[in-house]
Formats: sequence, structure tokens, C-alpha cells
Amino acid sequence: MSILPYAVAGWLFIIGLYGIVTSRNFIHLVMCLAVLQSSTYVLLLSVGYRVGGGPPVFATAPVGTPAVDPLVHALVLTDIVVEATVVALLLSLAIRIHKNTGNLEPDKIVELRG
Amino acid sequence: MTITTRKRLFVMFGAALLAIFMLAVRELPEFGHYRGPYGDVLNRETVYERHVTDVVSAVNFDWRGIDTLGEESILFLSVVGTIVLLRTGDGETEHKDEQGTTSNDDIPLPSEATRVASLGLVGPLVVFGLYIVTHGHLTPGGGFQGGVVLATAPLLVYVAGDLKTFKRIANHEFVEITEALGIGGYLSSGFLGMVLGSAYLRNVLPLGTTGHLFSGGTILVLNVFTGAAVAAGMVSILYAFLEHTIEVRLRRKG
Amino acid sequence: MAFIQVTILIFVGITGTAVVVTRNPIHQVIGLSFYGIILGLFFFILQAPDVALSQITIGAVVLPLMFMLALAKIRRQEQRKSSSGHPESARGA
Repeated sequence: MSILPYAVAGWLFIIGLYGIVTSRNFIHLVMCLAVLQSSTYVLLLSVGYRVGGGPPVFATAPVGTPAVDPLVHALVLTDIVVEATVVALLLSLAIRIHKNTGNLEPDKIVELRG
Repeated sequence: MTITTRKRLFVMFGAALLAIFMLAVRELPEFGHYRGPYGDVLNRETVYERHVTDVVSAVNFDWRGIDTLGEESILFLSVVGTIVLLRTGDGETEHKDEQGTTSNDDIPLPSEATRVASLGLVGPLVVFGLYIVTHGHLTPGGGFQGGVVLATAPLLVYVAGDLKTFKRIANHEFVEITEALGIGGYLSSGFLGMVLGSAYLRNVLPLGTTGHLFSGGTILVLNVFTGAAVAAGMVSILYAFLEHTIEVRLRRKG
Repeated sequence: MAFIQVTILIFVGITGTAVVVTRNPIHQVIGLSFYGIILGLFFFILQAPDVALSQITIGAVVLPLMFMLALAKIRRQEQRKSSSGHPESARGA
């Protein structure tokens, strides 16, 4: 049962990727990308967890009480803010595509075909 | 290729990828038995060496300040990209033929409860956002979270139906100046370290006593700059999305 | 592992799958907001208050807000296109 967090992280990655591959709407695609990014947060935070540890804040607890790993928290924190701005940029791209071509389906955009 | 072909191919390869991932994950330490040395070293040494109590903020703004600088540049560039993409192009005709005054009288306002609750919460939200930004090195919080909380305060003004005030807040040059100052201030604080004889982004200001507000040296300064940049960036993004909606609504009833 | 951690993890998996499987973007936005709150709760249970604060403010408020604004803008563009008889299809085809 201790492999469950990693399994959930892998499952979220696969299901997010499935949503991107079989998407018929750009807005749906960007939301599946958000799910995909959140799978990495689950994996990183599960790696840094310690059983019986408290949060890495020593305002009331004295230094030396067991705490979880703060390095992983810093990585995930900046990652969440970057996710918000990347989603904003992708949404403005989707709006522009809709303005220029009139539909939102990835398969029907002729200019993107290789 | 058609969508069903893609679906079938993906199910095959996706299952293979998941299987390889599960095999690789067995090499990790068990969940809950964190082994690595860096987390323990950070937890033990940060309070004594930097006089702050929130280790995560110290990691973000002191031990790994250069990574946060890169992340702030991503934020800035995304804001610039969003505003450029959503700007009106040359073929837009919705602004060219309507020159009326922007009168607010005939727009149906939201209900009284919504207006009272939203406008009543703007003040406490600004104070709370400033508290989270400035106390980032003592308790959980910091520039990023506080900046996002601060950016939702003008949004409550929009929810309450006061479109003219929201446009005045969000379209002001103050927002752009704040964002530029946030990024520029972060960059310049790094140079302060070089001027005072140490490395770039080194913590060179006096450290103070643990637990007080003015402690931690450059961590508080960088927190404030980051909070300003994030708040102004989010307000700019929201205004870029809402700009045409506001113009049309204000002009339709005027 | 504690029972509450197992429960929240299974719930995270189920909610994430529900967000992807919903095809209509308007319904999906509400699912995304709920997913953001559940994920913030999971981060809180894993003793990460900084990360939970960040996730709840961004993943449950700012992200669904941006999606809804984008959907409103797209719907307005469609209305304008259908009411004025495709004036922009002559440009850039």
C-alpha cells in the first residue's frame, strides 16, 4: 500500500496525456494539461514526506522536531504559479485561433497540419 | 490519422509507459521514509544561519534565489504574451463605430447581498494579502501566495458590478509600473550582493533576531518585490481577458 | 499509511479522471475547481501548508476563473461572427 501515491501520480499522468491526445476542443486540452502538471506535484510531495514529521516551519516548534523535506515544497510552490501563467498564455492562444479560424478543434485547423 | 486509431495506439503505449513507470518507482524509498540528507540539513541549519522560521521561504528566496528569478521571468513573459495576444488587431470593428460615453446607469446591478459581501470583503482581503506577503519568512506564505490573494481584491470589485471602478483600477499605469518595479527590484537586489563584496543574490543585509518582522536580510525584500510582481501580473492578465467584455457592457447600455 | 491518506489519494485519482472524461468545457471548469480543492486538502494532509495555500488560491480560484473568462470571450466571438455574417473570414484564410 505504500506504493499508492506513486501509482496515483502515474495514473494522473497517463489520464492527462490521454485527454490531450484524444481531445476535440482546445479548452478541454488545456484543462487536461493542468491535470497532467498536478501529477508531478503529487509525486514530488510524496517523495519528501516523512511519517510522524511536522511542517517545515519552526515558529512554535523548537528546531529539532522531525519535519518533512522543505526542498520539495519550494519546487512545487513555484511550479504551481508557473502553471497558472502558462495556462493564461495557452488560453489566449486558443482565443486567437478561434478568432482567426472560427473553430476550436485541433484536428480541423488546416494550418497546423504537417 | 483518425481519432480512433490514436485512441487505440495510446491505450497500448500508455499501458506500457505506466508499467515501466511502476517498475522504476519501486527503486524509490518507501513512502514516508525520507532518506536524503538535504532536507535534514536545511531544517537544522536555516533557523540559526538566516534567522527565519519558515524554511520553505528561505529555500525559495535565499538558498535557491536564482531559480525564483527564472520563475519570475517566466511569469513576466507570460503576462506580456497574454496582453499582446489579446490586444485588438487591425480588423477589429467593435471600437471604431461607437463613440458614446461610458455611462453606468442602465446596467442591471447584481443583487444587494452580492454587492455588500463583495465590497465589504475588499478591504480585509487587501490587508490579508499584505500580511501574507510580509510575513512570508515567519509563517507559511510568501510573495507568491500573497500576490495572488492581493490580485483577487480588484476582482471582487468587478463581481460587485462596479465596472467603472474596476476599469480605473486595472487600466491604470500603476499596475504596469508595479510589475516592472517588482521584477527590476528583484534583479537589483541581487546586484546589492555584488556591490557589497559577495556573490549575486547573496543575503548581505543585517539578519536581525529570529521571529521578528524585520529579520532575514534580503528575504523580506525579495518577498515584497515578488508579491508586487505577481499581484500586478495577475491583475493585468485578468484585465486583458475582461477588457472587451467591459467595453461592450459599458457601451451597450449607454 | 494512515487511512485518511489512502482515502484522499483515491479521491484525487477519481476526481482527476472525472475532469478529463468530462467533454463539455463549461462542466469541466466546475470539476477542475473541485479537483483543485481536493488536491489542496491532500497537500495539507501531507504537512505542506505553503504548497496547500498556493494550490487553493491558484488551482481552485484563478485557474477556473481564467477558463470561464476565456469561454465567455469565445462565446461572444461566435455571436459576433454569426450576427455580422462572417466579415473576418475573408482575411487571413
